Amino acid sequence: MRGADAIVKALEMEGVKHIFGIPGGAIIEVYDALFDSGIKHILTRHEQAAVHAADGYARATGRVGVAFATSGPGATNTVTGIATAYMDSSPVVVMTGQVARALIGNDAFQEADITGITMPVTKHNYLVTDESEIPRIVREAFHIAGTGRPGPVLIDLPKDVTTAEIEFDYPEKVNLPGYKPKYSGHPRQIKRAAELIMKAERPVILAGGGVILSNASEELTKLAESIPAYVATSLMGKGAISETHPLSLGFVGMHGAKYANYAVQESDLIIAVGIRFSDRTTGRVSDFAPDARIIQIDIDPAEIGKNVGVEIPIVGDAKLILGELIRHINYRRRKEWEERIEGWKRDYPLRFRDDGGLKPQYIIQKIWETQPDAIVTTEVGQNQMWAAQYFKVKRPRQFITSGGLGTMGFGFPAAMGVKTAFPEKQVVDIAGDGSFLMNIQELATCVDFGINVRVMVLNNMFLGMVRQWQELFYDERYSATCLKCKEMSFEKIAEGFGAVGMTVEKPSEVEDALKEAFEIDAPVVIDFRVDRLENVYPMVPAGAALHEIIDEEV
Amino acid sequence: MRHTIAALVEDKPGVLARVAGLFRRRGFNIESLAVGVTEKEGISRMTIVVSGDDRTIEQVTKQLNKLIDVVKVSDVSANSVDRELALIKVSASPQNRAEIIEIANIFRARIVDVARDSMIIEVTGDEDKIGAFIDLMRQYGIKEVARTGKIAMQRGARSLE
Ligand SMILES: Cc1ncc(C[n+]2csc(CCOP(=O)(O)OP(=O)(O)O)c2C)c(N)n1
Ligand SMILES: [Mg+2]
Repeated sequence: MRGADAIVKALEMEGVKHIFGIPGGAIIEVYDALFDSGIKHILTRHEQAAVHAADGYARATGRVGVAFATSGPGATNTVTGIATAYMDSSPVVVMTGQVARALIGNDAFQEADITGITMPVTKHNYLVTDESEIPRIVREAFHIAGTGRPGPVLIDLPKDVTTAEIEFDYPEKVNLPGYKPKYSGHPRQIKRAAELIMKAERPVILAGGGVILSNASEELTKLAESIPAYVATSLMGKGAISETHPLSLGFVGMHGAKYANYAVQESDLIIAVGIRFSDRTTGRVSDFAPDARIIQIDIDPAEIGKNVGVEIPIVGDAKLILGELIRHINYRRRKEWEERIEGWKRDYPLRFRDDGGLKPQYIIQKIWETQPDAIVTTEVGQNQMWAAQYFKVKRPRQFITSGGLGTMGFGFPAAMGVKTAFPEKQVVDIAGDGSFLMNIQELATCVDFGINVRVMVLNNMFLGMVRQWQELFYDERYSATCLKCKEMSFEKIAEGFGAVGMTVEKPSEVEDALKEAFEIDAPVVIDFRVDRLENVYPMVPAGAALHEIIDEEV
Repeated sequence: MRHTIAALVEDKPGVLARVAGLFRRRGFNIESLAVGVTEKEGISRMTIVVSGDDRTIEQVTKQLNKLIDVVKVSDVSANSVDRELALIKVSASPQNRAEIIEIANIFRARIVDVARDSMIIEVTGDEDKIGAFIDLMRQYGIKEVARTGKIAMQRGARSLE
């Protein structure tokens, strides 16, 4: 068979059901092979969106997402998507066309050194130089992407590799001497961790995206209940425990609730699970949780102690380690600590000013009330933070956001990927007007393939988060943040693409509009004309410690 | 603190770029890097000299280990034999040639090429020895120096695998 057929066959062997991508000359042979396959290809309108869609698909299902692009500009268009997946450890395999082997290095038409370009943003990448290696490389790519700490893997396919004839022999096992993720935690370390937990008077569990990736939320919740200890998450950790659980503190960090930040700051023990202590989560790191001893559980040894000092490291898979750890824990309530946290929860709830205007926070509350089981993706900026604050996530993989790279334009194509995986579920992109414009062309894809996602544009006609910083820290000098688009109508744009558009201007219209939108058998965009100057609070200013969190008067 | 790290890597295209790229991206400073094949087919050994505090070195080691093509990483700074090789081209006139050869002998260095008014000397040893030798050669006029970068191996029966 042709190399191209071998690629498609290998993808079938890996159980791939959907591919997102755009063809071109260098990858045309693979598309030709795909034509006869049962794998469904979704033709996106931009390669960046194809990778975000594959990424969203992967985050929602836990399976490897797949994207295709041609050489040169097709390949370079995938870079933001790949970097987004890399920063959030999402398992994605990207296949790109490449010029024929003899032309590589000659600056041939549509040649780009995509393996060189993506080296720092992939877990691994391959340039296939010998067609007989196709089966092995595809097998390895899926293995590497989906195991250990997951991440994107790119395979670059020179055109003549895809046209050459090969024998198809799919390897059962991978042989990677340099890649041996460690799954089970060290028993002695686990015992020591349990001892430390039992001695602690003010324990807090900090859960990150690793808990979601490891499918360990059940174990995490059990651990919290058996200590018992409150749980704060990172943005990526949302869903590690249901945010309606009495022990949940929601997310911690720059825009986390005050009570979550206070609890972490005042704790005497942090049980960190699959969390990498990013600067957005820790605030000023030298003043992070000054009294806390830290137990850190992570599958990636390089994360241990990278940003904060750790007393008990446990390297391995969160699910296995937590399962083991729970067995060594004795239940003991810490009344005083509980009362303090409950006091903070009472005194400093999340809140916003109710002055009759159309508030973005209110809209998200209503989305949650209308569809609490929807899978939510977000864009980046204020919309993302409000979504994180007000959409109470009940299960893992229900909240999908670009946490590490903070990629505007991620949410909509990611929602497309999610909806492709779960056509029966409601999938909502909580969007900002600026971000939505960065991949708005995907409305065409949604209409074309009947991918009925709901885009809720919190339209403040600003690059709102940047404007907020300018208001608070740059004397209201609004340099290049005003998107003066009063004349622009997302409703009409949606209609132009063949989707359904709606515009909402008053709080009283919100509920009906949402109810209607969730029933329409088409992609829907709602243009919410929100209060333009609304800010995200509370907030830990950049460079401040978590307890130096500021709030507004309401 | 300077550390010497030895890494066994799969002999695959791009592996040097991956290692070099990792150091650049994470802001680690490579002082020297030497690569060569090993007794095992398909496996090369890199010796990397890097400076940084303990935390930096720990990160270097862990991040190197994460590269799929890197099979084994070890800090071989302590209790090890390390060597560098240098080729030094010095000006040498008939008058001072004997003197230079005498110094070379003391350092167990070898004369590997002699021309009318210059010669090439090959010297091996640890960094200090090579440094000292080069310093002594300065008085005659050094025309060119080529150094390999350090390679190192831990003493005793244990090996890197
Ligand atoms: C691709 C990209 N470019 C720039 C930024 C910097 N940035 C962060 S938030 C933001 C504003 C986002 O505006 P919008 O989507 O309207 O969201 P809002 O904050 O108004 O809710 C910008 C420009 C980014 N995160 N991503
Ligand atoms: Mg906006």
